[in-house]
Amino acid sequence: MKVTLHVWRQAGPTAPGRFVRYDMTDVSPDMSFLEMLDVLNQQLIARREEPIAFDHDCREGICGACGMVINGRPHGPQRATTACQLHMRTFPDGADLWIEPWRARAFPLIKDLVVDRGAFDRIVQAGGFITVRTGSAPEANAIPVPKRDADLAMDAAACIGCGACVAACPNASAMLFVAAKVSHLGLLPQGQPERSARVVNLVAQMDAEGFGACTNHGECMAACPKEISIDFIARLNRDYIKAAISHRQG
Amino acid sequence: MTPLVAAHAPATPRLVRSLIGKKVIMAVTGVILLLFVIAHLLGNLKVFQGAEHFNAYAAGLRTLGAPFFPRGLLLWVARIVLVGAVCAHIWAAIAVTRASWSARPVGYHGLEAVETTYAARTMRWGGVIIAVYLIYHLLDFTFGRVNPSFVPGDVYHNVIASFRVWPVSAAYVVAMVVVGLHVYHGLWSAFQTLGLNRPPTFRWRRGVAGTVAGLIAVGYISIPVAVLAGILR
Repeated sequence: MKVTLHVWRQAGPTAPGRFVRYDMTDVSPDMSFLEMLDVLNQQLIARREEPIAFDHDCREGICGACGMVINGRPHGPQRATTACQLHMRTFPDGADLWIEPWRARAFPLIKDLVVDRGAFDRIVQAGGFITVRTGSAPEANAIPVPKRDADLAMDAAACIGCGACVAACPNASAMLFVAAKVSHLGLLPQGQPERSARVVNLVAQMDAEGFGACTNHGECMAACPKEISIDFIARLNRDYIKAAISHRQG
Repeated sequence: MTPLVAAHAPATPRLVRSLIGKKVIMAVTGVILLLFVIAHLLGNLKVFQGAEHFNAYAAGLRTLGAPFFPRGLLLWVARIVLVGAVCAHIWAAIAVTRASWSARPVGYHGLEAVETTYAARTMRWGGVIIAVYLIYHLLDFTFGRVNPSFVPGDVYHNVIASFRVWPVSAAYVVAMVVVGLHVYHGLWSAFQTLGLNRPPTFRWRRGVAGTVAGLIAVGYISIPVAVLAGILR
């Protein structure tokens, strides 16, 4: 199949950027989106041009490294699918594809389609962890966890931190990411000791990174490759209000 | 080393400082204003009972709580609460809008909307339209400055005189549609912002918001339509 690509090319954080057109022929419909870019990069290298920089790691849809906006949709048009798991057969022959990096002040661009998602790491460092007992591992079933809580916590823990929620949000808000991190620990007994300090510190860091405010569009949920629900955002708000009012210490 | 405990800040400033806190302020003041909009509608619908009943209701607002409260006191308390709520609502809206607009300095070639609604996308400018309309509305019916034949105390006459001018009625209908959209997204957002999504709440949140918004818009619009149709004269 043939595709026409319009890829955002930018040499560095402060360099001017623009869309560059690449016409691709002989694209296999069974290629993943990233494999198609690999083929293009091989062609660029053969022509002694700079290859397109893009993030990727596991290519199994579980690491959260890849991510680009394809035709206005983070990770492309297919629901619950990362860019690496997206196949070229998703697109019609002769498709026009516009490929852009995540756009957010908190995700500064490094090169081409690569952005610095360190803001997410700093949010997690602000309290996305639990106190653990050092020494011998405790008996796995010693702490009872209700089935419903375990399932909900697992739904939230499915977050791979790819940043598609921020990319899709009209406000560039990170509420879904923070909601997932706060909920998956806050739902489990192991997460209770730091529960209120965690939500207060994560939210403070989120604001400090310069993300926007949630206005309940729900675009994050539609873009999330793990289909994390905005119900977790309501849970985050509830936890935050409780913690901010009671200001109980960790 | 990251501190394990929350910073020793008093609760209120933290709630006001954070974006979530500003959303909470917007939600709480929005609910106050929504309760007023519902009460105001129930009062306005008395216009269908005729001039005598309607004017008696308007006069009754001033003697609310009598003889315990002096004339007009509760009305003034309500006015102060409402003005305060409007100011806080707008202040919070401007604060979160500024944060959101600065959060994406470089825009997309195109970002496709998948999940959002028309109501959600028109919250900001819809709010501006409602604020501008509110000023006109007060000049028309409260201060009588732009009313074609304002008679202090004869509320029924003022309503009929104003709505007989069709552009006034048309502007009112448009403003009430905007209010309906604003209430629909605002009420469901308030459930979300205040964290009210435990089962069974989350199943009827959107339905409740849509029903309340629809009833409000239809209820208000029925008055100018009845005036223009000659049902109210």
